[in-house]
Amino acid sequence: MRQFLLNRALQSLVVIIIMSFVIYSLIGLMPGDPIDLMISANPNMTASDAAALRELYGLDLPIYERYWNWLGAALSGDLGYSRLFGQPVLAVLLPALKNSLILMGTAFLLAVCIAIPLGTLAASKPRSAVDYGVNLFAFAGISIPSFWLALMLIIVFSVFLGWLPAGGIASNGAGLLEYVKYMVLPVATIATLSIGSYSRYTRSSMLEVLRQDYVRTARAKGASNSRVVWKHALRNAMIPVVTILALDFGYLFSGALVTETIFSWPGMGKLIFDSVMGNDFNLALVALLFATALTLIGNLLADICYALLDPRIVIGGGKA
Amino acid sequence: MSLSGARLAIVRRTILLLATALALTACGSGDNNAPIAPGGDTDADQSLRQLTIGITQYPSTMHPNIENMVAKTYVRGMAARAITIFNHDWELACSLCTELPTIENGLAVLEDTPDGNPGIAVSYELPAKATWGDGTPLTTKDIVLAYDVGRDTTTGSNNIEMYRRIYKLEVHDDKRFTIHIDKVTFDYNGLGDLYPLPDHIEREVFEADPYEYRHRTQYNANVTNPGLWFGPYLISEAQQGSYLVMTRNPHWYGKAPYFDRITVRAIQNTSAMEANILSGTIDMIGGELGLQLDQALAFESRHGEKFNIVYKPGLQYEHIDVNLQNPILADKRVRKALLYGMDREQMNQRIFSGNQPVADTSVSPLDKVASDNIVKYGYDKDKAMALLDEAGWTDMRDGVRHNAEGQPLKIEIMSTAGNKTRELLEQVIQGQLKEIGVDLRIRNEAPRVFFGQTTRERRFTGLALFAWTSAPENVPRSTLHSSEIPTAENNYSGQNYTTISMPELDAAIEAVEKTLTLEERLPYWEKIQQIYAEELPVLPLFWRPNSFILPHWLKGVRPTGHLNSSTDWVEEWRRE
Repeated sequence: MRQFLLNRALQSLVVIIIMSFVIYSLIGLMPGDPIDLMISANPNMTASDAAALRELYGLDLPIYERYWNWLGAALSGDLGYSRLFGQPVLAVLLPALKNSLILMGTAFLLAVCIAIPLGTLAASKPRSAVDYGVNLFAFAGISIPSFWLALMLIIVFSVFLGWLPAGGIASNGAGLLEYVKYMVLPVATIATLSIGSYSRYTRSSMLEVLRQDYVRTARAKGASNSRVVWKHALRNAMIPVVTILALDFGYLFSGALVTETIFSWPGMGKLIFDSVMGNDFNLALVALLFATALTLIGNLLADICYALLDPRIVIGGGKA
Repeated sequence: MSLSGARLAIVRRTILLLATALALTACGSGDNNAPIAPGGDTDADQSLRQLTIGITQYPSTMHPNIENMVAKTYVRGMAARAITIFNHDWELACSLCTELPTIENGLAVLEDTPDGNPGIAVSYELPAKATWGDGTPLTTKDIVLAYDVGRDTTTGSNNIEMYRRIYKLEVHDDKRFTIHIDKVTFDYNGLGDLYPLPDHIEREVFEADPYEYRHRTQYNANVTNPGLWFGPYLISEAQQGSYLVMTRNPHWYGKAPYFDRITVRAIQNTSAMEANILSGTIDMIGGELGLQLDQALAFESRHGEKFNIVYKPGLQYEHIDVNLQNPILADKRVRKALLYGMDREQMNQRIFSGNQPVADTSVSPLDKVASDNIVKYGYDKDKAMALLDEAGWTDMRDGVRHNAEGQPLKIEIMSTAGNKTRELLEQVIQGQLKEIGVDLRIRNEAPRVFFGQTTRERRFTGLALFAWTSAPENVPRSTLHSSEIPTAENNYSGQNYTTISMPELDAAIEAVEKTLTLEERLPYWEKIQQIYAEELPVLPLFWRPNSFILPHWLKGVRPTGHLNSSTDWVEEWRRE
C-alpha cells in the first residue's frame, strides 16, 4: 500500500510538472499580453514605456525562460504575485478556493445524498412509476442548462417570492443563517444538475448488480427486498459511481463558472476565467494546477475506495 | 418496530426536515423592496440610509494611480478625489484644489525649462480641511509621494507621460505646491490623473522597495485601512470579486453625504443584474458599467414604470476604423460610398429607439469645440452607387460589384465577439451594403485578441468596429497624427490604426495643442473635423449612451457623459 501511494505520488508530481509547462505555454501563446492591452487603453504610452513595462513584468523574456524562472521560484515556495490583483497569488486564491469548496462541497454532498437513494430506489423498482419519475427528473437535471435553471430560480425565489437574495455572498462576520440564505440558490442549481447524472449512474450500476448470482442467492435465502438492495447490492453498485464522484472531486475546487458568474459568487471558476482572460500568468497557472492536483488526488482516493468497497480489489500489486 | 412503522418514522422525519427548512427560509423572507445588504441588515429604518449599486466589473486593484479601469474609477469617486475634474458642463474644475490655476489668474506662469524650451509653472492649493480617513491631515507630502511613485518607472503607474512632463514639483508649504511642465499645451492645468497617496502609510512601503511597491502597497494588502482614503466614504469591507462596502468618512471635509452605507456589488451577468434589481437585492444599476443600451431599452419596455431610466449620451464614440493600406479602401470614393450606404439614423431609431445619436466626426456635438461646418453623410443609396460606379466598381455579378479586372468588391469587417449590439450592427450594415453591391464579410474575435493584437498591429484587412472613450476636448493626436502609426519598429505604439498621414492634419493637431485660448483653438478644431469628415479615415457611427437604472426615490445622481464618474459627486445623492 505504501509503495502504491509513493508511486502514485511520484506519477502525480510528474504530471503536475508537465501540466504546469503546458498551461504556461498555452497562456503564453494567447495573442495580446497585458502590456498590449495597456497600450490600447493609454494613448500616451510610448514605445519605450511599453518596453520598460514589459521588462518590469518579465514579458520581454522568451516563454521557456519565463517558465523556468517561475518554476524555480515556485519550488522555493514563492508562487509570485497576481498581476490583476497586485497581491500574492495565495492571498487571492485561498479565499476563492474556500468559497468554491463551501459552495461546491455543499452541492456535492447534497447531490450524493439525494442521487444515490433515488437511483437505488429507481433500480429496485424498474419500470414502475417511481422509476419513470426518477428518470424524468434525472434527464431534466442533465438537460437543463445551468444558466437557465439559475435564472429561473432567481426569478421565482428572489423576484416573485422575495425569499432569497438574487446573488452575492454574505459579508464577513454574518451569521450562519445569513450565509445559508446566499447559498441556497447556487447550491440548488449545481445540485440539481449533479443529481441527474449521479442518479442515472447509480440506477444503471444497481440494475447490473441486481442481476448477479449472489443477489439471487440472497433472495433465495429469504432476505427482504430492502435488505438485498441496501445491504448487499448497494456496496458493489457503488464502485463505478465512486469513479464518477472521484473525478468530480476536482470540480469541488475548480468551481462552476456559469453558476458563480450568475450568482456573483466569488469562487475559483470565476477567478480562473478572469485570470486567463486578464493574462494573469501566475494566478491562472497556480489555480489550474490546483485543480489538476486535486483531480489526481480524487483519482487516488477512488482507487483506495475501490479496495474498501470490494475486498477482491487489492491495490499495490498484492494477491487478489 | 414493524416495517411499516419504520417507514412511517422516515416519513415523519422527512416532514420535520422539510418544515425546518421552510421555517429557516421563511425567517429569511422580509420586505421585498428593502435591500438585503451583506451583513443581513434589513431593518427598514437603517435601509433608508443604505444604497446598493450593481456594476458589471470588480476593480482588480484599488491603487488610485496604478492600472486604469472603469470599475476602479467608479468606486474611487466615492473615496478619493483627483486634483482636477471635468464637471457636468464638461468644464475643467477643481476637485482637490481651491482655485483652478490659469494664466489669467496668475497661478500659471509661462517660463523656460532648464533646457531653454518653453515650459509652464502651475500652482495649486489643497483644501485646508482635507484630511485622510484616519484623521491625518492631507498635505503636500502626499502629493510628493504620488509624484515620486509616478516618476519611478518600476511602479507601473498608468500615466507615465504626465509624470515625465512634470519635470519638477516644488512644495511651498503643507497645502501649496507648483508643478513645472516641460511643454506648453492648452490643457496645462488639468491634473485629473494625480491622486495624493498617504505619505504616513505608503512612503515606507515605497521606499523599502520601489520595484515591489505595486505588490506591497496597502491599497492591495489592506484596502480597508481608513488612512488610504479621504473622500466622502471609506472602503470598510471588501470581498474580492463580489462586493465593496463604503461607509461614511468621519473626517470628510465637504458636504455630508446622505447615505450611511453604500454597497457596490459586481454582477457580471447582465440577466442576473436585471433579476437583482427586480428582486430588490440591488437598488440601482450604475450606467458607467451597467446594461448595454439594447438591454436597457428591453428592460424599460418591461419594467420602465418601476424605475427611473436615464440615457446619457457622451464621449463613447462607436465607429469603424478603415485600413487605408487596403487598395479598395484607399479610394476615398469607396469610403464615402460605404458611409452613404449605411442608414445610421434608421439603425438609431429601430435598434436604439432614437437614444444613440448618429456621429459625424470623432468630436461629440456636446463638446464646445464641435463644428457644424463639415460634410455630413445622410443615407443616400443613389449617391453611394454613383460613387462606386465612379470608382470603377461597375460590373454587378450575383449582387456583388466587380471592377474591370474582375475583382469583387469584398470587404471584411471585424469587431469584438460576444458584444451583441455590435454583432447586430454588423449584420444590419452587411444587409444595407449588400443593396449597393458590397460583399461585407464579418469576422469577430475575443476582445483581448481584437484590442491586444488585431487593431494595434493592423491585422484587420478592411474595417474594424469598436469604440473610443475620451475626455472633453480630447486632442486626437494618438489616433490621427502621422507619428502615432503603430509599426513593428515603434513596438506598435500609437493608436493611428487607419494609418492616415496628412501634413495638413498633423499641423492642425499640433496647433490645437499649443494654442492656449479657446477662441484661437476653434479654427484648428474645425479644420481637424473638416479633414476627418472629408477624408473619412474612420466611418463615424454613433455616440453611445450610458444607461442608468435608478429607483424613483433616488435623487441627485447626475451622469456626466465623460470619463469622470457620477460617483465623483456622490455626496449629492439622496433619498426623497
